[in-house]
This record gives sequence, C-alpha cells and structure tokens, in this order.
Amino acid sequence: MNSMNQSIANEVPSEDESPVPVAESQPTDTVIEEGKTVGKPFSDNAKFSLRDVEVFYGQSRAIKKISLDIARNQVMAFIGPSGCGKSTFLRCLNRMNDSIDICKVKGSLQLDGQDIYDSKRDVVELRARVGMVFQKPNPFPKSIYDNVAYGPRIHGLANRKADLDEIVESSLRKAGLWEEVKDRLEATATGMSGGQQQRLCIARAIAVNPEVVLMDEPCSALDPIATAKVEELIAELSESYTIVIVTHSMQQAARVSHRTAYFHLGHLVEVNETNKVFTSPEHELTESYITGRFG
Amino acid sequence: MPTKKDDVYGDHISHKFNDELMELKTEFLKMGGMVESQVENAIQALMDGDGHLAEDIRAKDKRVDQMEMAIDEEATLIIARRQPTARDLRLVISVIKMVADLERVGDEAKKIAKLAIKLSEEGQAPRGYVEVRHISTHVLTMLHDALDAFARLDSEQALRIMKEDKRVDEEYQAAARTLLTFMMEDTRNISRCMSVMWVLRALERVGDHACNIAENVIFMVKGEDVRHTSVEEAERVVGR
Repeated sequence: MNSMNQSIANEVPSEDESPVPVAESQPTDTVIEEGKTVGKPFSDNAKFSLRDVEVFYGQSRAIKKISLDIARNQVMAFIGPSGCGKSTFLRCLNRMNDSIDICKVKGSLQLDGQDIYDSKRDVVELRARVGMVFQKPNPFPKSIYDNVAYGPRIHGLANRKADLDEIVESSLRKAGLWEEVKDRLEATATGMSGGQQQRLCIARAIAVNPEVVLMDEPCSALDPIATAKVEELIAELSESYTIVIVTHSMQQAARVSHRTAYFHLGHLVEVNETNKVFTSPEHELTESYITGRFG
Repeated sequence: MPTKKDDVYGDHISHKFNDELMELKTEFLKMGGMVESQVENAIQALMDGDGHLAEDIRAKDKRVDQMEMAIDEEATLIIARRQPTARDLRLVISVIKMVADLERVGDEAKKIAKLAIKLSEEGQAPRGYVEVRHISTHVLTMLHDALDAFARLDSEQALRIMKEDKRVDEEYQAAARTLLTFMMEDTRNISRCMSVMWVLRALERVGDHACNIAENVIFMVKGEDVRHTSVEEAERVVGR
C-alpha cells in the first residue's frame, strides 16, 4: 500500500533522466564563494525555508550550501546549465531523492516551519502536499477519469462517487482540460496528445489538493501551443498554489515566474525578481548564461 | 578596431548573434557620424552663407531617415530572432531609442540649413554668429562624446555629458538675451535675429539629444534608468 501511494504522488523518473547529473564543462574563471548568493534569496512570506542545504551523491557534492526561501503563492523558476543541481535541489523539496540510496541531504529544509527531513515525517503525506509534474507526461495506462481519481481515492479524499466526480471535474477544469475531455472521461489517457497528457498529469497532481506543485521541465516535450496552455495554467495555479519550476527555456522562466534562481555547478549564484534577472542581473555568471554565452 | 570592451557583445555561443549585435552597433555609429557632419556642415553653411552646402544637407537628411528605419528594422529582427536578455536587451532597446534621437538631430541640422539659406538670401551683416559658433562647438563636442561613450561603453563620460547639458542651457539663455538686445536696439534686426534665435534653439535641442544618448549609455552599462532623475542620482548609479 505504501509503495502504491508513493507511486501515485510521484512517479519514479524514467530511465533517460539520470538521477545522478554530470556537470558539463563550463567556464569557471569566475570564482563563486560557497554559500554566497547575490540578490534577494530570502522572503518574508516563505513557504519553504531552506538553509545551508547540501546534497551528496556518494562522495561527490551536488549541492553546495544553498540557502533560499520560496515564497508562498508565487512561481519560482530554477534555471542553470545542465548538471548545475537545479533538479537535484527541486527533488529535495518533497524528498524525491530518498529513493536514491547514495544520495544524502544535509542542512535545514522547512515547509511551513516544519522539518521536511524529520525522521517521523510521513513522506506520503508530504508528497500529497508537495506534488510533482515531470518532464515527460506519464499518465497511468488507465482512463482519463481514473488517472485523476486515483490520488483522491487512495488518500481517502472522497467517500462517495459524487464527491469523486466533483474532484475530477474541478481538477480537470483547473488544468484547462475539462472542455476537451468531458465527453470521453472513460477513454484511455495514453491516447491523448502530449500536451493533453501533460495537463492531465497536472490535473492529477492538483486532485489531491496539494499546497505546492513542483515542475521539472514540464514543457520540454510539448509543442509551442501546448506549452502556452501549460504556462497559462501555471499563471492561474499560482493564485492558489506555490509553484517551483525547473526549466531549460529561459524565455519560459521569464514569462511564468515571479522570482528566478540561477544555479551554477551546485551553487546558487543569484536569486532576484524575474524582471530584474532578465533585464539587469547582478552576477556575471547569470548574465553570461541568460544571454547565451555558455550553457 | 574592436576594443576589449567590444567583447561584451561578442562572446555568445552563436557567432551569428555576435555579428548581428556588432552590425547594429556599427550601423548606429555610422548614422551618428553622418548626423554629426550634418550639423557641422549646417553651421558651416550658415557662417559662409553657402546655399549649395545648405541644399546638400537637406538632401542628405533623407539618407539619415532611411538609416533610422534600417536600424530599427535590424533591431526588431534581433528581438524576433534572438529574444535578447540583460545587456544584449539593453543594447537593442537603447539603440532603438537613440536612433530616434539621432534622427531628430538630423532634423535640427536640416532646420539650420533652411535658416542658413534664408539668412544668406537676406544678405546682411551677421549678428549673433559668435554665439552660434560658440554653442555649436559645445554641442557638437557633446554629440561626439556621447557617440564615443556609446562605442566604448563609458558611463563616466556619459555622466559628464549629462552635466554639460546644463551649461548649454545656460549659454542658450545668455545668447537669447544678447539677441534680444540687438532686437531692441533696432527693430529692423528682428526678423534676422529671430532666425538666428531659431538656429540657437536647434543647437540647444542637439545638446538635449546628446544628453538623451548619454542617459541611454548609462542604462546600457549600469542597467538603471537615469532619465528624469537628478544628477546626484545619476552619479550614484555610475559610481556603483
């Protein structure tokens, strides 16, 4: 049962997404001081409060003393070159790294003032509060209805069929999918288009009424129109959820996020208002990355 | 000719992008040089009463206008193709704005040329030309320095130009008072003096445009908008 719960809240990353990122060669003539982040990494209205976070994969240190607040009901974007640690860091937020044996997380990570890595914490409950959407849409090979209803059923959020129907409808509505699928809820989800599948995964993530949605490159497998729909959705969802999005598309980060965090070789180099980052970033490395000088 | 500062726009992964930004910069400076000589020649035409030169300036203004449109188009294409960010974005946006200033400077040169023709046709002894000569030298230096500050991304020089603009305004006021005295001395002077006054006015505007360009250079380099702020604020931004 427990393993079932975990698999609903969060899918295990598919084979092609290596859990242990390998840093690519990057210009390193600019020295980054460990634990030093320019800009405004902290917030008065923090949903997540993360201090001196370090992540190890065996001997290698993938995240080097990062301190950051993620503000409530805002969209925070993590950007940076491949292997910079942004996905690793994202996965700490709902303990997705637990499934990797050699991975160790140190430092203080708090969600609403409570320790995420407390040994007494119920991981399943955590992941219901902090949902996740992955790069590749990964619907269950079930009907559209069952995909969305799966989480609420398992978490006991609906006792009657009518309640469940309502959750399914409202989740699909929030995900902007209802009008497209309302007449074929019993059709199998794998027959939908990629963009629809991804929005279904978002509907599935929000069906369990989470507080936070983590998105790991949610649009990288989608065409521009599907991408625009998902971005539209992110903007709407941010009114009621805290959203953290990892993206390789800097334009996407610029479009959807309120704040942007730039990662580099396991360091958190800069955090600022997104508008500031894309017009006049403070750190040289941020500037080089977003203007396409390396990355 | 690329200086070390030019690397600022020249080290993208995409070489084509480098070329596009360089081209934009080069074309802007070319237009700047053209506009500078337009003003220079307009003053020359005025001083020498050279109607031919004045006509030539009016004809060349069309080329200035065409350059403005060409540069705007190039900037638009860069935005469409590259979605520039940070300093690249600031360069493109600033060029779009500064090109409008240059085009206006071109218009002022045309205006002066027109007045030069009018004054040469009236053919009387020049009055107020000392003042014209003086202010024109001043604003031409400002314009030149502003373009130079752009080429070298020199925000300190840009700041100096912003300060110069105050002095030009004062000189303009003083010259206007002198001309007013001439007009009061002899009412037959009024028409001519008014023409010279318009020349001075045009030159004062050239100074304003040079100042706008300087403000844009500070924005490009420092990322902060110093328009409509005090000199002290601009000093703070540049000193950062």
